[in-house]
Amino acid sequence: MRSLIDVRKASSNTDKSVVNGQKNVGLGGVGRSKKHDSADKQVAGSAIYVDDRPALRGELHAAAGQSAYAHANILSMDLSAVKAAEGVVAVITVEDVPGHTDIGPVFPGDPVLAIGKVEYIGQPIFAVAATSYDLARKAAKLAKIEYEELAAVLTVKDALQKQNFVRPPFTMKRGDSESAIAGAEHQLSGEIVVGGQEHMYLEGQVSTAVPTEDGGMEIFTSSQHPSEVQKLVAEVLDIPLNKVLVDMRRMGGGFGGKETQAAPWACLAALLANETNRPVKFKLGRMDDMIMTGKRHPFENNYTVGFDKDGQIKGINIEVNGNCGYSPDLSDAIVDRAMFHSDNAYFLDQATVTGNRCKLNTVSHTAYRGFGGPQGMMTIEMVMDDIARHLGKDPLEIRKINLYGDNERNETHYHQEVEHNNLAEIIESLELSSDYQARRQAVTEFNANNAILKKGIALTPVKFGISFTVQHLNQAGALVHIYTDGTIHLSHGGSEMGQGLNIKVAQIVAEEFQVDVDTVAISAARTDKVPNSSPTAASSGTDLNGKAAEAAAKTIKQRLIDFACEKYQVTAEQVTFANNNIIVGEQTFSFAEFSQIAYMARVSLSSTGFYKTPKIHFDRATGKGRPFFYYATGASVSEVLIDTLTGEYKMLRTDILQDVGHSINPAIDIGQIEGAFVQGMGWLTTEELMWNEQGRLLSNNPATYKIPAINDAPEDFRVALVPDAPNREHTIYNSKAVGEPPFMLGMSVWSALKDAISSVADHKVSPMLDTPATPERVLWAVEAMKAQS
Amino acid sequence: MTNSTVRFLLNNDVVSIENIDPNLTVLQYLREIQFNTGTKEGCASGDCGACTVVLAELDTDHAGQLHYKSINSCITFVGSLHGKQLITVEDLKDGVKLHHAQQTIVDNHGSQCGFCTPGFVMSSFALHKQKKTPNRAEVLEALAGNLCRCTGYRSIIEAAITSSVDSEEDSFAKHYQETVATLTEFQKLPAPSLAGNGHDYVAPKNIDELAYELTSEPESTLVAGGTDLALSVTQNLATINKLVYLGNVEELTTIEETDTEIVIGSALPYSKFIDTLHHYYPDLGEMIERIGSKQVRNTGTLGGNVGNASPIGDMPPALIALGATMTLHVAGVERTILVEDYFVDYKKTVLKPAEFIKSIQIPKPTAGQTLKLYKISKRLDDDISAVLAAIFIEQKSESQGQIINNIRIAFGGMAAIPKRAPAAEAVLQGNTLTKESVAQAKIALATDFQPMSDVRASDKYRMRVAQNLIEKCYLELQSRTIETRVVNYA
Repeated sequence: MRSLIDVRKASSNTDKSVVNGQKNVGLGGVGRSKKHDSADKQVAGSAIYVDDRPALRGELHAAAGQSAYAHANILSMDLSAVKAAEGVVAVITVEDVPGHTDIGPVFPGDPVLAIGKVEYIGQPIFAVAATSYDLARKAAKLAKIEYEELAAVLTVKDALQKQNFVRPPFTMKRGDSESAIAGAEHQLSGEIVVGGQEHMYLEGQVSTAVPTEDGGMEIFTSSQHPSEVQKLVAEVLDIPLNKVLVDMRRMGGGFGGKETQAAPWACLAALLANETNRPVKFKLGRMDDMIMTGKRHPFENNYTVGFDKDGQIKGINIEVNGNCGYSPDLSDAIVDRAMFHSDNAYFLDQATVTGNRCKLNTVSHTAYRGFGGPQGMMTIEMVMDDIARHLGKDPLEIRKINLYGDNERNETHYHQEVEHNNLAEIIESLELSSDYQARRQAVTEFNANNAILKKGIALTPVKFGISFTVQHLNQAGALVHIYTDGTIHLSHGGSEMGQGLNIKVAQIVAEEFQVDVDTVAISAARTDKVPNSSPTAASSGTDLNGKAAEAAAKTIKQRLIDFACEKYQVTAEQVTFANNNIIVGEQTFSFAEFSQIAYMARVSLSSTGFYKTPKIHFDRATGKGRPFFYYATGASVSEVLIDTLTGEYKMLRTDILQDVGHSINPAIDIGQIEGAFVQGMGWLTTEELMWNEQGRLLSNNPATYKIPAINDAPEDFRVALVPDAPNREHTIYNSKAVGEPPFMLGMSVWSALKDAISSVADHKVSPMLDTPATPERVLWAVEAMKAQS
Repeated sequence: MTNSTVRFLLNNDVVSIENIDPNLTVLQYLREIQFNTGTKEGCASGDCGACTVVLAELDTDHAGQLHYKSINSCITFVGSLHGKQLITVEDLKDGVKLHHAQQTIVDNHGSQCGFCTPGFVMSSFALHKQKKTPNRAEVLEALAGNLCRCTGYRSIIEAAITSSVDSEEDSFAKHYQETVATLTEFQKLPAPSLAGNGHDYVAPKNIDELAYELTSEPESTLVAGGTDLALSVTQNLATINKLVYLGNVEELTTIEETDTEIVIGSALPYSKFIDTLHHYYPDLGEMIERIGSKQVRNTGTLGGNVGNASPIGDMPPALIALGATMTLHVAGVERTILVEDYFVDYKKTVLKPAEFIKSIQIPKPTAGQTLKLYKISKRLDDDISAVLAAIFIEQKSESQGQIINNIRIAFGGMAAIPKRAPAAEAVLQGNTLTKESVAQAKIALATDFQPMSDVRASDKYRMRVAQNLIEKCYLELQSRTIETRVVNYA
């Protein structure tokens, strides 16, 4: 029989954390700025990522042979040189896959290794396992593959003309937009090319597969969707799900790029591990990662709008055309979200929104922060600027007049009522706090006095729908244990990629028991702890997993209360959790002591918890419903400076006001907002994906693909949270999701650039500025202004 | 005479390595041989800074002192560690207490996913070793080579700008004298070499040893900073049979001034000559601050930037415009040529087998001379130029006004080699700078170059911006007060 820990002695141990950096002190924890749970380890280099795990005995390294053509039949494959290369232990093709050969996440179309043909440059054709990372990569280059080249579709226009789609087109409709446009006082139309985006998570894709004793596989992966990795590994190996365990401690960034894109490398590692009966690690080098994994969808959108003399929209037709790459992947839902967000914050009245899912012979584009929403919003923000220039008004005025109303003008083009809309207040508040009107004046004066340099300023709002639009994904599970020393162990289905999900969920559990948050240990997301989890995506991590963890904690708490009532003959109201203690009537027990008493009385100190989002539904057949539980809102003002001789620019100042509801952790939320804004700004400015005429990605490394560096962030960067704004839907502690919404605040930079460009023609012409707005695009837009002024 | 061991300090411990493939990078050495996985691989191409480590070396300018510098371990070959102290993120902690460079990031919520964090910690550590209370500009300069995809940088800037004046001495300060003594001993050792996996490395100590190595094995590959060469190994999976490291060659790592020239050793890192050049040519100093990143400038050299003859190297156009010369050395024989004459065709030069660049001579400015530099790229920092314009003008007062009696206009990114613009120069030579003459020079420029389109810019943009930069130069010379640059950098 084991004896229990002496909790009085044990409790003094907890003070170790004080010396180990800043302690997360404070009881409970919800609403307080706690540091990221891994911060101390991250700064010390002791946080373990998949590639940092100690090598296992016999561990091999994988690499994949890549397609050299965008579209071709494979006529023959000679892999003898690969097999004979130094260090090579195994080489597999699709013929060697025991189970499923298609790993498409929703719809088929993604062969784990090419099946007779290739559909993009870089597509994996075979995989090799060798004794070192370098030897595997060198061997993979030695194959002799004969191709029969086929016609490739490499532009959206070509795909549209050929009706080459990965999924059928879809339309959302409210009223009769054609008549409304025709009947309006003014009409305008336009088109915009919105570039894609490389995720550029600092940690590339990586998975290690370890064969288990009973024919199964243990996978250590950097993935936002461990349960999907589990399912796909089981399918390719043709083994049941209960033989595959996926462990995901942390990612070095995800941003959507590890939602479906982590699975191929885990599957290939598992196939090679199965083939060799040795552990296999598959780590993609940066260039391979950029060539072989999907990106944010580039879009080509167009609109025709009718509006009145004040600039209020009466009717609009919007077409969004997503470049999906070669396979469906998540593109159906991504183009749907672009359509859902074609209104951004504005009442479109009579609207027809059509979305096409174009199939091109490039890598399959995938989830990326905002999931199509940003690309959808760009069209309507362009409309706002275009109307303003047409009517000679400040674009802010047009934006305000088109906002959704409170009791009328409040139905979206997919027939969801916009409730609790606070954007008018947010904009008003930000307009004042950022001193918009005075700065607008100052910008005008500056431009009048400067021939070469021009300034621009813009305020843009964001309204972003929260929930997976695929209903069944809106569920989560958690598992909470209390041990007999009063420490708590927490598992949930969400995955930590830096966003602070683990600390937020730990704060929620600590709040429930009113204990220090450091009492709650956080572990890897594991498929044997919490099964059937959804991806950590759609900004839903805390909303879903926080609620599930709260439910688990509440279950245990209720057991403790029931037990206290029974043992000490008190009522439930006389049992209080406070200050690391449980107060029962007149008696006070430490949380640890009471845990032991409960254990000795055979009270279960472990529970699962479950949550599913209420209220949501959407009928795709009619294009009507309530796909979103609520909307997250915010706005930003950016001021920029451009050089009309070179197109170079500088971000001068950005002010942001974001509604995160009742913040669970303000420091973490502000970090999300700042990071999302800069990432959104990068998407619209310097981050340029470029493919050549053969379909080869040219911007395939960080020397040629430029994400914002430290000098690119606004010189003056002011971020605030809307105060006293609890979410009026019953979310976890009435907080609001924060992962994706502020990404789209980057649009204010794009609009400010256009404002500066437009000044060249005295704001009489609306500049065409496709994105990313590189210095080159800005210069051409300036020259177009000069030609028209 | 060589010594078949490479010796250095790993944090505070003496390490000797032999029988290691010299193609190994410091990052691979740390992660795969030392099992120190705190240092991360983000790109293996020197573009992201996740692998940043710090080297302490004997300060050549201040005897008995150490100079701390951040470098990208992913593009530094392991042999170049000889005689230095390698400091990694794992060893900053003092027991359980975080170092100032670490604690400030925690306190400011400056880590999210944490993968870039060790690199930022090390860049901040190196910065604070130089200056305990850095200003914002110094922080930005020190951290511009570290990419973060999560935070948006504000929190990291606030962390790094926090003064370390009151923070406790770290273990490196405590071991300072010991470190100086050990590194001094290492310096006295014969030239180190390394052999492993059939590949060789040698680091000659003087120009005679270097000339001997190259005469006996002319096929050897010269490596100085390695910031470009190492990519052939990490990205193109090449293997180099013999590396000859220039960083220890005494005569190649000096900077001297004569009455008329600044003489810069070909293997001297940028960070060692930037201040001198900034003093004489402010635009040149500013432009160099935009070459690569701090980590790259701490290892990258002038000889490397000129030597590899890339059409998009930033120094060659500037050197051509300045009329700089270079001294080449082969087996004891030296010749001096104009930098302009070094380049023959794409990546082809006049360099003979076994010949190497010894030094580059930059003329000091005299009255009436101006150098204007413009670096155009998608991103301000750590980006390769789409176009680099270098305009050197010497004006003389004549009765009809300021006459241009000498002009050299050179461009990078406009042709297969860094090249002058003879037609545009001809328009302006002997002329006055006026709106009209500049307009003619812009037109003439179209006959000087046929630029290409690539991932950085289109041919049309390159030409238009090159023309506009001549106009900008004119505007800036016309008026000292006109605002023409979005940032105060070349």
